[in-house]
Amino acid sequence: MHVVVCVKQIPDPAVPGALDQVTHTLDRSGKLVMDDSDSYGVEMALQLAGNVEGSEVTLVSMAPGGETSGLRTALAMGAARAILVSDDALSGSDALSTAKALAAAIRRAEPDLVIAATESTDGYTGTLPVQLAELLGMPSVTFAKGVSTDGTTLEVERQTEAGYDEVTCPLPALVTVTAGVVEPRYPSFKGIMAAKSKPIDVLSLADLGIDPSDVGVRGAREEVVDVADAEARAGGEIVMDEGDGAARIVAFLEQLKVI
Amino acid sequence: MDRVWVLAETGEQGPTALTLELLTKARTLAPAVEAVAWGPGTASIAAALGEHGASRVYDVGDIGGRLPGAPVAGAIAALMRDGEQPDAVLIPASYDGRDVAGRLSAMLDRPVLTNVTGLAEQDGSVLTEHPIFGGTKILHARFTGEGPGIYVVRAKSFASEPAGGAAAEVIALPPVDAGPAGAATIVQRHVEEASGPKLDEAAVVVSGGRGLGSAESYALIEELSHLLHGAAGASRAIVDAGWVPYSHQVGQTGKTVKPTVYLACGISGATQHLVGMKGSKNIVAINKDREAPIFSVADLGIVGDVHKVLPALVEALKSRS
Ligand SMILES: Cc1cc2nc3c(=O)[nH]c(=O)nc-3n(C[C@H](O)[C@H](O)[C@H](O)COP(=O)(O)OP(=O)(O)OC[C@H]3O[C@@H](n4cnc5c(N)ncnc54)[C@H](O)[C@@H]3O)c2cc1C
Ligand SMILES: Cc1cc2nc3c(=O)[nH]c(=O)nc-3n(C[C@H](O)[C@H](O)[C@H](O)COP(=O)(O)OP(=O)(O)OC[C@H]3O[C@@H](n4cnc5c(N)ncnc54)[C@H](O)[C@@H]3O)c2cc1C
Repeated sequence: MHVVVCVKQIPDPAVPGALDQVTHTLDRSGKLVMDDSDSYGVEMALQLAGNVEGSEVTLVSMAPGGETSGLRTALAMGAARAILVSDDALSGSDALSTAKALAAAIRRAEPDLVIAATESTDGYTGTLPVQLAELLGMPSVTFAKGVSTDGTTLEVERQTEAGYDEVTCPLPALVTVTAGVVEPRYPSFKGIMAAKSKPIDVLSLADLGIDPSDVGVRGAREEVVDVADAEARAGGEIVMDEGDGAARIVAFLEQLKVI
Repeated sequence: MDRVWVLAETGEQGPTALTLELLTKARTLAPAVEAVAWGPGTASIAAALGEHGASRVYDVGDIGGRLPGAPVAGAIAALMRDGEQPDAVLIPASYDGRDVAGRLSAMLDRPVLTNVTGLAEQDGSVLTEHPIFGGTKILHARFTGEGPGIYVVRAKSFASEPAGGAAAEVIALPPVDAGPAGAATIVQRHVEEASGPKLDEAAVVVSGGRGLGSAESYALIEELSHLLHGAAGASRAIVDAGWVPYSHQVGQTGKTVKPTVYLACGISGATQHLVGMKGSKNIVAINKDREAPIFSVADLGIVGDVHKVLPALVEALKSRS
């Protein structure tokens, strides 16, 4: 079974985000790291591959400037190889353009199973994986909180409003996992060393046969008009609990006539 | 805009609240509002859809146990190919709604604007509102290319109000074969039993976070929400940790709540949590860290230990009733 995992490389979430003043796109000029949300997908892929003999895990990422540091982290967890789509013309891509670029790269890998996160930490549109599945002509099961497969059929516990559904579909298929679905492993020292020599295939738009005017800023058919400060909530009363915290809350609730 | 479609989802009691919110908003954007629905019960929701402004509902019909993403998007795309052209498609930001939006986007080769919390017409185009950086900034965007624009809208962005229209005319769509892409099938549904008001409808929401220290302490949150006739919520941290089911999660990936009072107990106030509860009328926070970001949105903040404040609060409320 060949499992492809989407790994987004994003600006370090610990550093406050910033938008480019001119283009209003997220500033991605600093060093990028693996999106934590994807660590669950990588772990899931490694576990599923471990259960089906002859399986392999390949990572796929689209990122500017030939960025590979986030991919190295995921390779250190145990994936065999990675594909990076990187091309200046991709800058400013919306979710659909990103899906097109990733789909072209993934198609070449001929996967049985594609895994992505439910939503990324930085853009969080949550639409890219399903766009990807449609472009690949695959069924998709989103919001998985449990996944198993025998290499032929996929079985998923999918979150719902009311609880969860057991969903099944034949492979090849795409699944999106939620955080907490598995406990991502920490890369071992050996894993980190091994990751340095694992192959990363870097592909340009020309390699993928994608017309640069279909993607990136030029291909985007939406624009940011402006960014404004949200109405701030009026400052509240913050008090130290001197044993009277509960009484203060009761008084507040009384005043609101909630009790 | 002349014509707006709304993807209508059916819950246990007819169209979902978010569906009615979208129909209400759609009325302000275009004279013609139509819905697209699926499932065996479309005829039974036609009255409610009509009352909220839909003149027609295109019925995809019973899709059996299949996940709706591919078959429903396929039916919408086929309808458009047959010449029906809306200017916009409004889609609920729900599990199935997001699936339909993603599929439709790729089928039509049209982008999607997601996490929309506001829609307004300006100089002939529709301007969307998106909260970013935890809702501290509002981004406005719009489509520039050919329509129809696909918008995925978050719950509780708009009020829902009936307009008193007649039942929507039900138009049955021919079945579409979604092929391999439509092969995902539900074999079994599991419904978690819940008592009391629903999380996204309750007037009082009491939420707990990692600061509770253990799954057992969540009982305090449940007891308190019960005493206040409210619902119990949670941060993602404790959902991921398996302390409470996902259905309790408040925030970007969870539910959006706007109760009269929101009580955040041992929750730091991460941006993804804030976008789900910042619209609450009143916010009370209990956190031992004076610098916790949750205090920046609190009307009343208690800097203290949840293990002291919560039991005392439970006692105080019990002694009143
Ligand atoms: C605040 C903000 C709002 C935005 N709003 C919109 C919008 O409304 N519509 C729109 O089309 N674009 C929007 N964008 C742009 C969008 O985020 C990017 O185009 C991005 O390339 C793809 O979207 P995502 O990260 O939101 O995907 P999501 O759908 O949230 O991503 C889900 C998963 O797909 C995989 N994935 C996503 N991107 C990559 C990648 N580059 N490489 C590998 N795997 C990946 C990962 O597993 C990820 O967790 C927005 C960006 C920002 C910063
Ligand atoms: C793509 C994405 C989507 C997300 N979606 C959501 C979402 O929908 N909802 C959501 O909630 N999060 C979401 N998150 C996660 C979010 O970023 C935070 O990790 C999460 O909200 C933190 O939960 P917490 O506040 O319970 O835990 P922590 O951040 O660990 O905070 C615990 C707090 O408890 C306080 N505390 C500790 N002990 C005590 C005590 N004894 N008494 C009082 N206070 C105490 C601490 O001071 C601290 O402030 C998302 C993240 C990502 C990347």
